[in-house]
Amino acid sequence: MTPKANKTKAFVEALPKNIFSGFVVSLIALPLGLGLAMASEAPPISGVIAAIVGGLVVSFLGGSNVTITGPGNGMVIVLLTAISTLGDGNMYQGYLITLAAIVVSGLVMILLGFLKMGKLADFFPASAIEGMLAAIGIGILSKQFHIMLGNNTINGSVISLLKQFPAAIQNLWITDATSVLVAAAIGILSLLIMVFYSKIRNGFFQLIPAPMWIIFLVVGLSYLLTAFNIEYPLPSDFLVNIPEDVTTNLTFPNFSKIFQFNFIIAVFSITLIASIESLLSIKAVDKLDPLNRRSNVNKDLKALGLATVVSGMLGGINVVTVIARSSVNVNNGATNRSANFFQAFFLAAFVLLFQEQLRKIPLAALAAILVYTGYKLATPKTLQKVARIGKEQIVIFLTTLLTTLFTNLITGISAGILITFIIHIILSKSFSLFFSHIAKPNILMFKEPDGGNFYISVKYFCSFLNFYKLKNKLDEIAEDKDVVLDFSMCNFVDHTALESIESYVDTFQKRGGSIELIGLDKHGADTEHPFAIRKILPFAKRSHVEETLTKRQLQLKNIALDFKWEYIPEKNKKTAFLSDFVFFKSREIRYFYNQLKTIKTNGQLMDVEFTEGAFIAREVIKTTLLYLPLPRNVPVFTLDKEGLIKYIYHLAGFKDIAIKNHPDFNRRFYLSGEKSKAIQELFTDELILFLESNPYYHIECNGAALLIIKKERLLSVQEVKAMLYFGKQLHQILQ
Amino acid sequence: MALKNRLFKTILFGFAFSPKLNINILETTRIAHFFNAKLILLHVGSKTPEKESKVKLILSEIEHKGLEIDVQWKEGKPIELIERACKTFAIDLLIIGALQKENVYQFYVGSIARKLTRTVCCSVLLLIKPSEERVPCKSVVVNGLDAPDTPFTINAAFYIANALGAPQITIVEEIRQKDIQVSVQDDKSLKKANIVKERLKHREEHRVRKIVKEIPNDFKKKITIKNQSIFGKSGYSIGHYAEVVRADLLVMNAPAKSTILDRIFPHDIEYILSDLPTDLFIIRN
Repeated sequence: MTPKANKTKAFVEALPKNIFSGFVVSLIALPLGLGLAMASEAPPISGVIAAIVGGLVVSFLGGSNVTITGPGNGMVIVLLTAISTLGDGNMYQGYLITLAAIVVSGLVMILLGFLKMGKLADFFPASAIEGMLAAIGIGILSKQFHIMLGNNTINGSVISLLKQFPAAIQNLWITDATSVLVAAAIGILSLLIMVFYSKIRNGFFQLIPAPMWIIFLVVGLSYLLTAFNIEYPLPSDFLVNIPEDVTTNLTFPNFSKIFQFNFIIAVFSITLIASIESLLSIKAVDKLDPLNRRSNVNKDLKALGLATVVSGMLGGINVVTVIARSSVNVNNGATNRSANFFQAFFLAAFVLLFQEQLRKIPLAALAAILVYTGYKLATPKTLQKVARIGKEQIVIFLTTLLTTLFTNLITGISAGILITFIIHIILSKSFSLFFSHIAKPNILMFKEPDGGNFYISVKYFCSFLNFYKLKNKLDEIAEDKDVVLDFSMCNFVDHTALESIESYVDTFQKRGGSIELIGLDKHGADTEHPFAIRKILPFAKRSHVEETLTKRQLQLKNIALDFKWEYIPEKNKKTAFLSDFVFFKSREIRYFYNQLKTIKTNGQLMDVEFTEGAFIAREVIKTTLLYLPLPRNVPVFTLDKEGLIKYIYHLAGFKDIAIKNHPDFNRRFYLSGEKSKAIQELFTDELILFLESNPYYHIECNGAALLIIKKERLLSVQEVKAMLYFGKQLHQILQ
Repeated sequence: MALKNRLFKTILFGFAFSPKLNINILETTRIAHFFNAKLILLHVGSKTPEKESKVKLILSEIEHKGLEIDVQWKEGKPIELIERACKTFAIDLLIIGALQKENVYQFYVGSIARKLTRTVCCSVLLLIKPSEERVPCKSVVVNGLDAPDTPFTINAAFYIANALGAPQITIVEEIRQKDIQVSVQDDKSLKKANIVKERLKHREEHRVRKIVKEIPNDFKKKITIKNQSIFGKSGYSIGHYAEVVRADLLVMNAPAKSTILDRIFPHDIEYILSDLPTDLFIIRN
């Protein structure tokens, strides 16, 4: 069978699953589409149009696999601002002009896709984005809370709306309008359904998503009332407004203000938020993908842009990639883009078949869904999460949040970026660290000759400002490879970089590879959180080592447990037992740390910092080594592969020694020592076979103990494990 | 390409009366000794008996006696004078003491070194850490760029390694990102890019192997030769690599004539000059 036929067959086989998950997603997308559009003060149907167009266009042209596209909650605030400012008070005019802005922003997104600007999302500090999302959440919540309680006409700034919360609740006791009370009852009930849905463990109940339950119940209620001949207590301005015939009553954009400043600002904000939301979602959904595929973000950006243009032309709002619906999609067994297509298909079918029923949906029910969505974006948990990383992150988060609430999104995110940068300068106590190195390349990547793993070294600093450089390199590595990421030449690593690296670590782990961070152990951190900013400050002393262990240190601790060894992370200056190895003859050991030791054989593994040369020519080197005392006396020898350190041993009076009948061994290893005969006796066939069949280590014996070194750098956790195992076996053979 | 017996016959060192003068002269005489070359010491500034006796005192303490050393005193603008001296004395190698990192205070000194590096007509050795006692040179990194000068530079690197007794040479092939021509966007393009990379790597290694093959065996027998391909910014990666592997000497092709634009948009050798990772040897053919 040809590969192509194979593909078709696999596609057809996966089709039922994708159709099903598309159906489930459409059940959520319908109420959310109506709600999000309503929250943006656009006609409710415009959200559904965006979802339909998005699903149809992106499923054919997109570059991601299991994402769902449609109206996004991040867009609500920008669109709301655009609609209320561009129309000079006339909401409908504002909507038409905003449609034009949406079309233009779609074109800009296509351009971004062609310019390969998929990396755009990496330039924003993680905590600033959290702050911005929280602000969006509060923005949605502040207004929808009032609508949920039956007040449809309220308007004003986010802050003033928040201030009116107590009054809105009080109003329920004062008012005598039944419609308000009924709407409020429906709203509160709907909110309760949203909140308690996930807590009810019932297979039948969980079959339909919470938002659709709400729609079923409220539409069902209206039919029930009609059956009993009771008039529906909600007048039409409390219900969703859907045009008579959706297919013929499409609205079209108004391009008359295209060159005005306001319009350009609107386009800019819409594009920025749409791109950030989409890119972050694509990144997050990639982690959920059961088949571990890598999305082509630039292709997706182009498809989203095109979908946005089409949607805007037909009167719909922006199309973005949405995380919540995408994860529902994955959970229901979607495997490819056809799920997104079927989501759009079912949505279109609902709108065309059930127009009458949709008009029965009360605004309060949709508002309840949105209040819940808004709350999810701005839960106090977000602040807790950010606070755990470090105090400075709270400052960044709150600055972005408050600036966004009091001004607008663009100012808010700019303030977030600025404050992050200022905090970095304060923390690293250096402006020039960032200023003089920002434009320079700072990443070196190469494949290490032995073992074939990738080695990446990062210099100067690594923060949101230049993380894309590291990201570019990481993207070039297939995820089933092993990577060692060395920060020992890097003075400052920020939270954004560490968080993004962590997501790479996850992906690599899932696909059979690994990324290990080394050289961060010496960096100071203020909290024990794995993403806490890590920095090296000149003259500063680290006080509480054990409180801020890095991931590598924690893993070393675990290895110690596995081998039943003890782990001591602190510095230790008692290095005399190492100094009589020839390797350390011309090198001065400063101290060792990250020590793993066992009492049984007194063997120990540690990171050693030593210096080579003197005065200005001095170089500080860190190496992981294994020290193994031997139970019996053995002749002094060294075993080396390259012959690189050979001349030092010649100075020590060593001579090359060949082992009889092992030409292969003699060719591959440089064995040297003083007492040739004793050494030749020591190297039994068993030992030689063991050495030949294991990876290469530099081994040195001072008569009473072995010194084993793999590389002149710190080892990754995997390498440490291998070295310990190697040492253990070697120790056994020499017994 | 056959190597001349003595690549560097005359060496020029421009010195100033700094606290490091002693160390600088010790190091340069040592290098002159290794290359079996004549050493010209040039001071830009006035000649006073006091200064003269100081130099004499230092020269009486050097390890290698019997070197041909000539001390010159000239007044004028340092850069112009050194440039002219390189021509008039037919200098093969100019040694400059350079500071490892350039910052605002060191800019003046650094800028002279960098300017000279760009303009003089001979090879240049930038020393970042001269030392009183000999520090053996253990590992040399040389560029394997796909450029017409490269074979000569690699030859010179072997000559230098032999003269200094360095046991290892690593030839670094920097492969430019744009040569790959496939941008990684998804799994498919990643696979494609990796195939292209593998192919480029083989091509580059083959090219370098051919250059190494033509080097006389006498030069190669004491030296371990390593190859390393790096995909990255050319001129930057090799410097960072030399720092990571703690090379003692980095040997590079001479840059083509540079303009003011190169300072603003740094490329190739500019990265290394602004942040010297090790001693830097620039070979000009």
